[in-house]
Amino acid sequence: MLEMKNICKSFPGVKALQHVDFQLKAGEIHALLGENGAGKSTLIKVLGGIYIAEEGEILIDGKPVKINNVNAARDNGISIIHQELVLVPHMTVAENIFLGREPMGKFGVDMRQMSNDAQKMLDRFGLGIQSTSLIADLSIAQQQMVEIVKAISFNCRILVMDEPTSSISDREVEQLFEIMRGLAAQGVGIVYISHKMSELDEVCDRVTVLRDGTYVGTRVVRETPRDELIALMVGRSLDQYYTRDHVKNTPVFFKAEHIDDGKKSHKRVNDVSFEVREGEIVGFAGLVGAGRSETMHCVFGLTRGSKGTVSMGGQTLTIKSPVDAMKYGISLVPENRKVEGLYHVQSVAFNSTIEVLHEFINALRVNDKREHEITQEFIDKMNTKTPSHEQAVTNLSGGNQQKVMIGRWLATKPKLLILDEPTRGVDVGAKAEIYEIMNELTKQGMSIIMISSELPEIINMADRVYVMSEGTITGCIDYENVSQEAIMKLATLETAGGANK
Amino acid sequence: MSKVKRYFKDNLGIIVALAVMIVFLYVFPRTHSTFLTQTNIFNVLRQSSTNLMLACGMTMVIILGGIDLSVGSIIAMSGVLGAAAVVWHGMPEIVGILIAIVSGVVFGLLNGFIIAKTEIPPFIVTLASMNVAKGIAYVYSGGKPIRCMTDPWKFLGAGYVGPVPTPVVTMLIVFVVSVLFLNRTRIGRHIYAVGGNNTAAKFSGISTAKVKFIVYSYSGLMAGLAGITIASRLYSGTCTSGDGAEMDAIAAVVVGGTSMSGGSGKLGGTLIGVLIIGILNNGLNLMGVNSDWQYIVKGLVILLAVYTDFLRSRKKAA
Repeated sequence: MLEMKNICKSFPGVKALQHVDFQLKAGEIHALLGENGAGKSTLIKVLGGIYIAEEGEILIDGKPVKINNVNAARDNGISIIHQELVLVPHMTVAENIFLGREPMGKFGVDMRQMSNDAQKMLDRFGLGIQSTSLIADLSIAQQQMVEIVKAISFNCRILVMDEPTSSISDREVEQLFEIMRGLAAQGVGIVYISHKMSELDEVCDRVTVLRDGTYVGTRVVRETPRDELIALMVGRSLDQYYTRDHVKNTPVFFKAEHIDDGKKSHKRVNDVSFEVREGEIVGFAGLVGAGRSETMHCVFGLTRGSKGTVSMGGQTLTIKSPVDAMKYGISLVPENRKVEGLYHVQSVAFNSTIEVLHEFINALRVNDKREHEITQEFIDKMNTKTPSHEQAVTNLSGGNQQKVMIGRWLATKPKLLILDEPTRGVDVGAKAEIYEIMNELTKQGMSIIMISSELPEIINMADRVYVMSEGTITGCIDYENVSQEAIMKLATLETAGGANK
Repeated sequence: MSKVKRYFKDNLGIIVALAVMIVFLYVFPRTHSTFLTQTNIFNVLRQSSTNLMLACGMTMVIILGGIDLSVGSIIAMSGVLGAAAVVWHGMPEIVGILIAIVSGVVFGLLNGFIIAKTEIPPFIVTLASMNVAKGIAYVYSGGKPIRCMTDPWKFLGAGYVGPVPTPVVTMLIVFVVSVLFLNRTRIGRHIYAVGGNNTAAKFSGISTAKVKFIVYSYSGLMAGLAGITIASRLYSGTCTSGDGAEMDAIAAVVVGGTSMSGGSGKLGGTLIGVLIIGILNNGLNLMGVNSDWQYIVKGLVILLAVYTDFLRSRKKAA
C-alpha cells in the first residue's frame, strides 16, 4: 500500500537518511527498529510532511504522491501519533477529537452532536471513555486511545505510532495491542516504533531495521530470533549484553535506617531500611508507585520533613539538601531526564558541569579551559556522541542525553551513585554501554543503587535486589536466587496497613 | 571561535539593524548635520542609561523565566522618597540618594521573597507591587513634583564626569558589574539553570528560592538606581516619572534576543537592544516625527526585530 523508495535527507553536517526503503502492506503491523539516531523519526517526519526529502519518492497504492506539508499527509490518509501527546488537557475528549472541524449548529458549535459523534467512535473500540470527560482526567493510556480515535476519524489508512508504550502499564499495553490488531484487521497499515523487543513478537508482523541513517533489512518477526535483530540494529553481535561481575559479602559501606517521608497523606515511604556493600550494585524493584524513587529522594535530601538515619562507613550523616548529600559523596541521577535532569536549551558543557562549578568559577574568574577539560573527561568516560561541547543538549539522542546526565553526576566523584531508571528511553546499544560503565565503576570501588522497572536489567545487573511494595521493603534477594517470579511475588505483596491507605 | 567573533555571530541580526539605523540617520538630509555630533551621541546615551539599568535586571529576571513589571513604578517611588528626604526632612543629599536606592531594593526583596516562597506567578506578584509602589509615590508626594535643585542632587542625572554625562558612567559601571555577575559567578550559572529547568535545578542541589530572591532584589536595586538618576535629571521627585519604563526595558531585552520562556539570553544582546530603542527614539525626534506616531513606529520596529531573530533561530534549528 505504502512504499518509500530511496529516501535521502540530510541536515547541515549530518546525513540523516541515505537511500532508505520502506514498504507497508495494508492490514500489516510493521515495526521500525533502530537505535536512537538511526533515522527512525526522520523517516517518519518525511512521511508526515514535516521534513521534505531531497531524494526519493513516496508511493501510495502504486501512485507517486507529494507530501510536502502536514495537511498533504493527512489528505493521503497518513496519521502520526507522536510520543509526546498533543491533546489539549483542559478540553473534553469530544472537543479534542473534533478540534479545528467542529460541527456547527445554529448558535456556534453544536456541542451535543459533537459529543454524540465522538461517543459513537469511542464505543466502536469498546473503550469505556466518556466523550465529555476532560483530557486531563484521563490516564496516559486513555489519552493515547483518544489520539488513535482522532487519527481514525480522519479516515486514516496509515497509522504511525511512535513509542506508544513508553509510559503506560502492562494491562494498558495489552488493551492498546488489542486495538491495533483490530485496526489492522480492518485494513489499516500500522507503523510501530518501539525500543521494547518483547513487544515485537506480540504484535508485529514484519520489522524494518535502520542503522546510522541507512536501511539494513526487513524481516518477518516470527521467523527472526531476537539476537539477530539486536545484531542488525547495533551492527555487531552482542555476545554479552549485560556486563556484570557479581560481588558478594563485601563489607557494608552505607546504611539507611527507618527512612520515612514524614507525610500524613499520600505516604509513599514508610519505615524503609536498607544497606549497600562496597562495590555492589543494589537493585530496587517494584511496581510503579511503590515508593522507590521517593525513598531515594529522602536519602538525597530532596524531601522536606523526611525522617530516618543515614550512615556511611559507620559515620552518621546529616543530609538536609542535595548539596549536603553530594558533599558526602552521594549522587542521584533522576528518573525523568526531561523534567528532572536536563537544561534543554543549554549546551552539553553547561549540562555536564553544573554540579562542579566551584572547580572552575572562582572570584569572578571563569577557567574556560578547565570547564572544557571536565566536559571532555566525561564525554570520553561515557562515550557520549556529540558534535561539540556547545551543542544544545536537546539536540542529542535519548541515549546520549542519558550519558550526559550520568556524566554530570559522576563529575561530583560520588562514592554512592543512585541511578533511577538509568536506561529508560535508551536504545540497546547505549544500554549495553551503560551496563558496561556501571560494572567498571563498581570495580573502581563505587557502589551503585539502581532503581529499575525492567526486570531483566535488575536480574542480570544487581548483586542484591530489594523489592518494594506500597512504601515498604517486602524482601531482599541476592543474585543467585533472583528470578522474575520471586520479584513479582514480593512486589505485589499486600503490606499490613499499606502506606497508601 | 574567539569571543568577539562569536558575539557578532550570535547578534548578527540586531547589529545589522543598529548599523542600518545609524547609517540611515547619518545619510538622511534632515538628521545628517545633527545625528553624529558629540552632543547628540551623549544625548542618546544619557537617554538610554536608565533603560539599560532596568534592562540589566530585567534580562536576569527573564532568563529566570519570570518578569518584573514593578520597575517603572519603583522609579517614581524611589525618586519621590529620595527627594522628600532631602527637601522636606532636610537630610543630606547622599542620604536621600541612599534612601531612594534602598527603597528600590526593599521592593525587589519583597518581590523576590513572595516569588521564591509561594507559587504565585511573577507576573501577578510584580503587577501587585507595581500598583503599591505607584500608590506610595502618589500618597507621599500628594501628586505634586518635589523640586530639588541643589548641585549634589543634580550630579547623578544631570552632571558630568569630565566630558561624559554621569548617567553614562553609571550605566557603564552597572553593565560591567551585571556582566560579571551573570557570566563569571556560580549564581550566574544557577540563574540559567533555574530558568532552563526549575525541577532539574532542585535535583542539582541549587537553592532555587535563593536564586529567585537574589535576582528580583537585583532588579529592584536597578530600579532604585534608575529612579534616583531620573529624579536627579528632572531636578525633582515626580510620581509620574518612570511610567511605562518597564515596557521599554522588556522590549530592549527581547529585541536583544533573550527568550521570554527563560533559560537563555545574554546581556550583550540586551545592550544592543537598549541602543536600538534609544537611537530609534532619538532619530524619530530629530526627524521631527510627531510623538504620537513614534509609538506606532517603535512598536513595529520591535516586532520586526524580534521576527527576524525568530526566523534566524528557526533556520538554525532546522
